Amino acid sequence: MPEPLIVAHQLVKRFGDFTAVDGIDVQVQPGEVFGFLGPNGAGKSSTMRMIGCVSPVTSGSLRLFGLDPATHGAKIRARIGVVPQLDTLDTELSVQENLWLYGRFFDLPRAEAKRRAVELLEFAQLSDRADSVVDNLSGGMKRRLSIARSLINNPELLLLDEPTTGLDPQARHVLWDRLYRLKQEGVTQVLTTHYMDEAEQLCDRLVVMDHGRIVAEGSPRSLIEQWSTREVLELRFPAGTNDTNAAQLAGIGERQELLPDRVLVYAHDGEAALVEAHARGLQPESALVRRASLEDVFLLLTGRSLAD
Amino acid sequence: MAQHSTTPARSASPAGTLATYRRLWKMNLLSSLVQPLLYLLGLGVGVGSLVDRNTGSGAVLGTSSYVAFVVPGLLVTTAMGLGAGESMWPVMGGLKWQRGYHGIAATPLDARDIVLGHATWIAIRCAIAASAVAIVLALFPDTRSWGLAPSVLVAMLVGVSFAMPIMALSIGAERDGMFPAIQRFVVIPLFLFGGAFYPLSQLPVGVQWVAKIAPLWHGVVVARGFTTGQVDWPGVAGHLGYVALWVVAGTAIATRRMRGKLYT
Repeated sequence: MPEPLIVAHQLVKRFGDFTAVDGIDVQVQPGEVFGFLGPNGAGKSSTMRMIGCVSPVTSGSLRLFGLDPATHGAKIRARIGVVPQLDTLDTELSVQENLWLYGRFFDLPRAEAKRRAVELLEFAQLSDRADSVVDNLSGGMKRRLSIARSLINNPELLLLDEPTTGLDPQARHVLWDRLYRLKQEGVTQVLTTHYMDEAEQLCDRLVVMDHGRIVAEGSPRSLIEQWSTREVLELRFPAGTNDTNAAQLAGIGERQELLPDRVLVYAHDGEAALVEAHARGLQPESALVRRASLEDVFLLLTGRSLAD
Repeated sequence: MAQHSTTPARSASPAGTLATYRRLWKMNLLSSLVQPLLYLLGLGVGVGSLVDRNTGSGAVLGTSSYVAFVVPGLLVTTAMGLGAGESMWPVMGGLKWQRGYHGIAATPLDARDIVLGHATWIAIRCAIAASAVAIVLALFPDTRSWGLAPSVLVAMLVGVSFAMPIMALSIGAERDGMFPAIQRFVVIPLFLFGGAFYPLSQLPVGVQWVAKIAPLWHGVVVARGFTTGQVDWPGVAGHLGYVALWVVAGTAIATRRMRGKLYT
């Protein structure tokens, strides 16, 4: 196995009394797409900022490319690309000017920056908007430009902090496609998200974070297999009757999860569970059998849904 | 007021980076010209005609005419206003609104580069604005002198000497509410009582001392030496050294605070 690109050991980040990251161990291999999954405030962004060498490590150790961010921050930053949670584009400059200028920050020669910009605009499907002022772009286009900009220095590692938050479904799929292409080109990616489908689509391996700690780790598939049943039965009852109905489900499937709007029954055979529920005289307004997803893993591990 | 969220990079050729900087050419030269010219006309011609009729005023002013006295004040106050403005809203924009500084912080550049880059940008703007004023002043016999050229550089230095301490304040500011206060309680009072439009000796001694704390008066005295041809070189060195102290201290504090904001 090649040398890991990122090695974090007992990594801690504190802000005053508040512990944002509470002793995590992470290794990311070259070429891997690695995800940090968790609700808001779980410590994902703090972790990403430490990896991006813009936030000093409180304790523990962190190495990227074998280098210590405390002493080689600028050197490491030269080799990574960052797509921040909030766009930091220069909204008064044009699309291509944003790329040129950012390239200059990496000391790219001007000709090189311009050549890269043409390629990246193609990649981000923004070639026809090269001269548009950023202010006039849609949210999805700005996000794509942020990704294009983060690639101006040919990074070996790309950090994406909630890359598709706030985008419509179509824009998200375009972005996912671009990220998948980067993966095929061998660019290592580390991303945070609170979208389960995004994590399942993109990540080779991920960790679930909660309260600054890692509560589970593995591939999306293995996490589902480890933490959930194969199928899930979703039942909706008339408003206000969830509690009483859920009580009558006791013993069906492996366990139940009571949500504000529905009851989840975890079972290896969802149809059989539904048949049994009907046999007990329960009459849900709707019933749905589906495969278990990361959302279910998340619900079990953190006790809350990701939307919280 | 134009927003500048990004700064020229630390690079072998800052001019090269600036060349890509469309805003440099878009910036409104006219607006930085109009104000000093209005003052030149209003004060120089209006007030000047009164002052010059007053026998003995020449001795107090130390110049041939009131207009000649006002010229360096116009150059230096133009740069002061520009330097102050450019280090308020644009700096907050870089940190909080457009967040361009955070984008730069993720590159090999760091807080020091950002502060020095923005300082360079402000210096260039001040120099261009002061040059434009100087060129117009050179059109008229009463205000024309070779001293305008070094005075442009003095004005640039004064502009930066205001910009850097104000930048240090702006970096720490939570909201932009303090900016109008800086304008009203620092920039405008200095404009009126800083020795630009009449000799400081006309003011009570206490006020004189307060005015002398700020860099403005020192710059005006040096520029006036150049435009009137009465250059006192040791004085020039002392005054400019004092102005440079503001630049150095402001830059050091701004850099430290910028690092604290960007790398937390």
